Amino acid sequence: MSPESPRVFQGPTVDRRVMLKGLLAAAGVAGLPTLAACSSSKSSGSGSGGGAATGTVSLGSNASDAVPKKAFQAVYDAFHTASPNISVKVNTKDHDTFQEQINNYLQATPDDVFTWFAGYRMQFFAAKGLSNQIDDVWNTIGGNFPQSVHDLSKGQDGHYYFVPIYYYPWGVFYRKSVFAQHNYTIPTTWNDFVSLCEKMKSDGLTPIAFGDSDKWPAMGTFDYLNMRTNGYQFHMDLMHGKAAWTDAKVKKAFSYWTQILPYHQDGYIGRKWQDAALTLIQKKAGMYLCGTFVAQQATNPDDLADLDFFAFPAIDPQWGQDSIEAPVDGFMLSKNPKNRAAAVKLLEFIGSTQGEAAYLNVDPSYDALINGFDTSKYNAIQKKSATLFATAQHVSQFMDRDANPAFTSTVMQPELQSYLQNPNSLDSILSSVEQQKQAIYTS
Amino acid sequence: MTVGTSADAVEPGRAGLQPRAPKRLRRLTGRDKTVLTLMTGVPTSLMVVFVWVPALASILLSFTTWDGIGLDSIKWVGFQNYHQIFTIYPQFWPAVWHNVIWLVVLAAVPTPFGLFLAYQLDKRIRFSRFYQSAFFLPVAISGALIGFVWELIYNPDHGLINSLFHTNNPNGTYLDWVGHYPLNLIAVLVAASWRHTGYMMILYLAGLKSVDPGLKDAAAVDGANEWQAFRHVIFPSLRPINVVVAAVTVIESLRAFDIVYVFNKGENGTQLLSILITDNIIGEASRIGYGSAIAVILLVVSLVVIIPYLIVTFRKERRA
Repeated sequence: MSPESPRVFQGPTVDRRVMLKGLLAAAGVAGLPTLAACSSSKSSGSGSGGGAATGTVSLGSNASDAVPKKAFQAVYDAFHTASPNISVKVNTKDHDTFQEQINNYLQATPDDVFTWFAGYRMQFFAAKGLSNQIDDVWNTIGGNFPQSVHDLSKGQDGHYYFVPIYYYPWGVFYRKSVFAQHNYTIPTTWNDFVSLCEKMKSDGLTPIAFGDSDKWPAMGTFDYLNMRTNGYQFHMDLMHGKAAWTDAKVKKAFSYWTQILPYHQDGYIGRKWQDAALTLIQKKAGMYLCGTFVAQQATNPDDLADLDFFAFPAIDPQWGQDSIEAPVDGFMLSKNPKNRAAAVKLLEFIGSTQGEAAYLNVDPSYDALINGFDTSKYNAIQKKSATLFATAQHVSQFMDRDANPAFTSTVMQPELQSYLQNPNSLDSILSSVEQQKQAIYTS
Repeated sequence: MTVGTSADAVEPGRAGLQPRAPKRLRRLTGRDKTVLTLMTGVPTSLMVVFVWVPALASILLSFTTWDGIGLDSIKWVGFQNYHQIFTIYPQFWPAVWHNVIWLVVLAAVPTPFGLFLAYQLDKRIRFSRFYQSAFFLPVAISGALIGFVWELIYNPDHGLINSLFHTNNPNGTYLDWVGHYPLNLIAVLVAASWRHTGYMMILYLAGLKSVDPGLKDAAAVDGANEWQAFRHVIFPSLRPINVVVAAVTVIESLRAFDIVYVFNKGENGTQLLSILITDNIIGEASRIGYGSAIAVILLVVSLVVIIPYLIVTFRKERRA
């Protein structure tokens, strides 16, 4: 796997935020409880990297699902074996709760290291001074990663703030046995895709499994439709608030969605993605657009072996299938870590081959980002991910990672759902989105 | 009932106190004063710190934009938040409307039903302790848990209702209790009413216990049937409790949150003002100013409903 080529987005240039006399002031005012540690954080940042690291590193984790939790524990255990003087104290919170509380968490007394996501979502907290730059970590691990991952791990100020552990592309999942049974072929163009949906429907299958109860799955569908219809750059402009949602291009992307809505599984508003995945695994549904973490739902090894996915079909030949949605998860250092030296050691380990391997040995639903990672142990889905990732020219993170979080959570989540329920009122929905976007992006 | 008795106690008490008041003050020892200061001072300062300061702060913040990170990012924007909420926030008016529906439904269904249950239980029927506990249980357990339990009942794919009635066939009858409006609104109102009934029952039960049984006997002697006795004797004597019930019902419907949030996060027809506040303030969104503006609107609505009602009621009480 050589994900050299993907041009990962750099994030919007939010000058105002960077300009904010920010870093110190924000850390000082907001971090009242940890004020005492404030003055020392910057200096210890560069100084303590070389010293002997001992003691405990606290780590805030959002890996509350059983499989990732176990896999992350394996990473920390492997780290403890490699550096017996340092122990990792993990505080795991419910995945969604962790995200909801992140602002307060980072301003109060966060753990030394915390799990987070690449993209605008990481750069936002970096620019706000709520995380500690880790150029020293990247001095050690920099050689392990391709340039695209370097870009992904930097804040808008050019410093490193993030250590990635894996990525997981989104694709259209299906069961090989179902496709073989009905002689379906993998659709690469939009027309093929639509006629495949039609065939599945007549064969008594639900063509597209769908569960949007958590409100983010619909974003994945829109991201792909928009990138395939209008290209990666327009999608990023839209995410960064530069392009207008009332643009005819956006309407065109939605028109493709309206075309396939009748093939979506009913009752998606109340269904969790896990249940939607089950209908695919139980062969009731034919296809399911999701991230590769969907494989975690296939608990039976036979089901897992039967699971495969393909890249979202091309819509406009100008763009083809040149973009891939592949969110990257990883770790950040909080602004005033109590034990920075040990935390740096931990981050260096996470960014190493052993670190990523320790994770993937337990949870094979993701792919490693490390150069020359040994892919011989990869399962079919991981191998397919690596191929798609390597051939893609652009990598997007996901709407809620690429755009302003206030916009995605208070505007896009409800508006996408109201579109799904009333596709005919698209025009009024989009103009409402645009008005709210302007209010949020300019405030 | 509590309101009634305290009001009753204050009136004669005050009249009797006045001439003696100066003497009493002098009789207070230093220790009395310390105790009094502590006993009034501590609750007052807690009230100020935890209720008044945050309330005033959110009123101030509602005129700003703030992402919650660092005090220097607070920006004064005047009425911009309010203007946007009223004009371009599509979730707002549905939320207001649903709060009104909650108020009407909670007042119209579970409140009379709770009174009915209380009246029956007050007759000392067998197992009345058991019934009391059973009906009151929903009030005692957390709203989040209730939301979760009802989610298990309503889940469209494998919930109790759809499994029992086979209404979970995606190609046939498919009742989406969680996602489809107005089914989901009805579903949460059933869950909320279920809890509210127990609450109302316990309040009315307490009220009924304090009604002089002699009144009932007298009504019976006068030849009133059960309904007449209830309508003209028992119910009027429950007036103090009705004030509490009305206040509780209004408050419950305006601050409704937990059941809905757990049930479906308050989307697609189950929006409530309290949920919009949470959506905007909690989480990565952190539109503190915007969320505060919604909170202030909710505060004003609550005050507009509660204050006139309480004024009128207490005026009547005093006259009576």
